[in-house]
Amino acid sequence: MSDTAVQRRSPARRPVGAEAVRDPGRGPGPLTHTVVMAARALRISSRNTDALITSLALPIMLMLIFVYLFGGAIDTGTDYDSYVMYVVPGVLLLSAGFGAATTATAVSEDMKGGIIDRFRSLDVGGTPVLAGHVAASTVRNLLATALVFGVALLIGFRPAATWSGWLVVAVVLVAYIVALSWISAAIGLLARTPEAASGFTFFMSLLPYPSSAFVPTEKMPDWLHGFAGHQPITPAIESLRGLLLGQDVGDTPWIALAWAAGLLTVAIGASGTLFRIRTR
Amino acid sequence: MTDPSGITAGAESGGATRTIEAYGLTKSYGKPAVRVLDGIDLQVGRGSVFALLGPNGAGKTTTVRILATLAEADSGTARVAGYDVVAERSAVRRSISLTGQFAAVDETQTGEENLRMMARLTGQPRAAARRRAAELLERFDLTTAARRPVRTYSGGMRRRLDLAAGLVGSPEPGVFFLDEPTTGLDPRSRRELWAVVRELAVRGATVLLTTQYLEEADRLADRIALLNRGRIVADGTAADLKSRVGGHRLDLVLTSDEAYLRLAGRAVHHSPETLTLGLPTDGSAAQVRALLDEIDPAGHEIERFSLHSATLDDVFLDLTSNAAPSTPTTSNATPAPAPAPEAPTHV
Repeated sequence: MSDTAVQRRSPARRPVGAEAVRDPGRGPGPLTHTVVMAARALRISSRNTDALITSLALPIMLMLIFVYLFGGAIDTGTDYDSYVMYVVPGVLLLSAGFGAATTATAVSEDMKGGIIDRFRSLDVGGTPVLAGHVAASTVRNLLATALVFGVALLIGFRPAATWSGWLVVAVVLVAYIVALSWISAAIGLLARTPEAASGFTFFMSLLPYPSSAFVPTEKMPDWLHGFAGHQPITPAIESLRGLLLGQDVGDTPWIALAWAAGLLTVAIGASGTLFRIRTR
Repeated sequence: MTDPSGITAGAESGGATRTIEAYGLTKSYGKPAVRVLDGIDLQVGRGSVFALLGPNGAGKTTTVRILATLAEADSGTARVAGYDVVAERSAVRRSISLTGQFAAVDETQTGEENLRMMARLTGQPRAAARRRAAELLERFDLTTAARRPVRTYSGGMRRRLDLAAGLVGSPEPGVFFLDEPTTGLDPRSRRELWAVVRELAVRGATVLLTTQYLEEADRLADRIALLNRGRIVADGTAADLKSRVGGHRLDLVLTSDEAYLRLAGRAVHHSPETLTLGLPTDGSAAQVRALLDEIDPAGHEIERFSLHSATLDDVFLDLTSNAAPSTPTTSNATPAPAPAPEAPTHV
């Protein structure tokens, strides 16, 4: 009886009876999911014109503010002919922080609606969803970075990096953008509302200030030296600055990359756990 | 199936044709644990429409989320399309489509982009995804809106897109979970959505829908389970359920206020604005005739009468009026545990 019931169905259809075959076809892997999710996140952020303009204009504003408003008053020593030579890496990382912060809001928006349930019911895991946002954030940030470089060149930035130096600069920048974006994604999962998410990321965006990004650390109060000298942003700043100016940077880029890898690992782990908690 | 309340309905369809089966599902939430599901059993035969009907907070959404693998039960087991919802989660996910209470589509993407994205996520190549999206947009009457961002859609369009999104990857006839598909829709969109659900059913889909609207369950479902406080309190066809509260109601439109006031005491349904009273009866011709003669021997106090079978509303209110011997005859009271229709004789 049950046999006939099953056979009555078109043979091309997947059996749905109790004795259904085990494998209902394989779904696509996390890689496909990540690619589709990245395309989605990019499409959504390209439509969010206000946010896009802000995220592209803000870094340029920041640089102009530092170079023209603060720059004259900041003494970076005799190694740099002008403040713009000193400050570009700082502006790059500061804008990476601000740019990455958008990820928190985007993730938080997703968690608010029903779309995550939809993705889960399509057997898409949490990591591809977050990776999609991080990928989109990276693309947005690289765009902003290119603009910053362009404007920096216009206002007197004259890099002296070698080809390999440029390559390392790119790797370090991408590593930090990805790590900060993923931290931001974790913050987006932690916050209950998109507003709270964007508030939390503010702290992350401030991290470049107590580093050698804008002011040499020797000029800071003693108690801040320890932190400023050993926080994750400092090795990145030092590597970028050294490489861009064609100086010897030793193993600083490695330290920077180690920091980025560590932060990324923690962020991926934490966001995995948070995603499971939020969707339970 | 051990439930005493005769919940085994659907058993006639036999084990192999049950597409959804659940035994003893429980689930608690929160710190001082609140039991949301308290032992749910259900079986849904293949190709049937099953409605889970209940008030807010009865546990409808939790049940759907467990069956659709989005939440795990604290205890109990469930199989959907032959797969275990915990051990074979991915297989279940690839066999079902889910439409939740909140439209699960991207507001800033167009309808078409949403559907193509979903299709890609189920592993269809680009060209196939585009074809599938076009096909579904056509079927759900969204072709003209396909290139507009979803944020410009009406509630009904959004729901239809959501349903289409649920359909994108699953083979048809599939298994559908529709969680309050028409909540918040205007009457016209609701009707459109009903037509969509009926069409799914005609194509042989198995549908489990939740609703708080009795009319919806009555119209769409082959079988209805009444859920209240995490338990199934009744289960059967709409007719089965209605027969549980038994009997009929004789509605009388009276000619005068005096007649209304005189008879109001023995009515179970009152609507003074139309001078209408509802009196309980078993519906037999003999009894209706006797009742009319007794109330209005002279034949000029009753203008019209009509006979109704008990509605699902009556069942719903009766079975979900948590404890408390159902409220006395206030305006909309049910012909509750049907008192002998002929009880008070003094007129």
